[in-house]
Amino acid sequence: MPIDFPSHLPRAAIEKLLLAMADDELILGHRDSEWTGHAPILEEDIAFSNIAQDEIGHSLVWFTLLQELTGQTPDEMGFERDWSNFTCCRFVAYPRGDFAYSVVRQFLFDEAEKVRLEALRHCPYAPMKEAAGKILREEAYHVMHCRGLIERLGKGTPESHERMHTAIDTAFPQALGMFEVLEEEEKLVEAGIFSGHTMLQAEWLKAIHPILTDATLSLPIERTDSRITVRCVPDAGGRRHSHTEHLKHLVDDLQQVYRSIPNTNW
Amino acid sequence: MDLSGKKQQIWDELGKIVDPEIPVLSLVEMKVIRDVRIDEEVTVVFSPTFVGCPATSMMMGEIRTRLMALGYHNVRIETTFSPPWSTDLLDAATREKLRQFGVAPPPSSADDLTEALREPVACPACGSAQTEMESSFGSTLCRQIYFCKDCRQSFERFKPL
Repeated sequence: MPIDFPSHLPRAAIEKLLLAMADDELILGHRDSEWTGHAPILEEDIAFSNIAQDEIGHSLVWFTLLQELTGQTPDEMGFERDWSNFTCCRFVAYPRGDFAYSVVRQFLFDEAEKVRLEALRHCPYAPMKEAAGKILREEAYHVMHCRGLIERLGKGTPESHERMHTAIDTAFPQALGMFEVLEEEEKLVEAGIFSGHTMLQAEWLKAIHPILTDATLSLPIERTDSRITVRCVPDAGGRRHSHTEHLKHLVDDLQQVYRSIPNTNW
Repeated sequence: MDLSGKKQQIWDELGKIVDPEIPVLSLVEMKVIRDVRIDEEVTVVFSPTFVGCPATSMMMGEIRTRLMALGYHNVRIETTFSPPWSTDLLDAATREKLRQFGVAPPPSSADDLTEALREPVACPACGSAQTEMESSFGSTLCRQIYFCKDCRQSFERFKPL
């Protein structure tokens, strides 16, 4: 459905931001769903299945807003697009790994999503602003759940602490890829859509650092009073279509049923 | 039928569609129908509970089918998040129906989630306040799992949103 797009806003840049968010949610939601039936305890099986359903629902919200601008339907974007055209960060496509890795990934992702949505809640593009407000309310449950797990597993047993530590060492450089600057991002900043991914990353670090420290877990960063300096190389590239083979396998899996019987009504 | 008669007819019909996951409540009682407008087409303004809820597309399909049967062939369903759906919208009668169905109703205000989750939850079966949360996620996106220490049963509670 065509909408009246406010002409003073950077349409192409907004489409890129919507697509990045939609792809991140879709791919991570798919990864989360792989715990259904496999999580170490029943409560976590239910939690990850719920979170997966939420993230895929949120991707649908962003894809629907994108459809209003480009005319491409969410199904076309999710099920008919070649994997090399996805713009998710690499982080969300890595295999689910050890349970500790999935917990750390979900925590780092949800905290990043929280700072991004909080910024978008004040953005001048009304559909995006309203969707951000809605999704933020639902995300509160993810944030609460993940923070609880970080604390329990970080301070739990020597084994749980060790596994969380290994997970953070692996996940942190990948997570920095969530903040890879988008093409034309400067136009978004100029239009007041948000303050840009470099600023979001700084806010995210400020939010996660004390939570991890309380859980006796550390990050490869240096902290002085005024700033946090990252001491590792970000695993970026996804926003510019530079993906790992993991995404290809995931998208094959995701699209298999849809492609096997094209144009079917489900 | 005049315009207000038609509107009433549509609201009445929407009041007969039940939430597939909570079959004791209608879409009107769930407060997911925000508005009904009639011009060349009928516009139903819909406000989803949890956006990932798979029941949403069922509800939308049912809205179309029912209104079609009343002779409204041009039905548009407009989704709104402004303001977002909240459990605060559920009235006292709806909360009581939920309780009788076996799902503990949400707290009166979900504005501050941490605060809302701290509020004691009465067991829908025995009324005891000696309950604790087992999991903030449950069998559907809108429910969480509690345990009653008096009747020693697990029960579900509508998630504050």
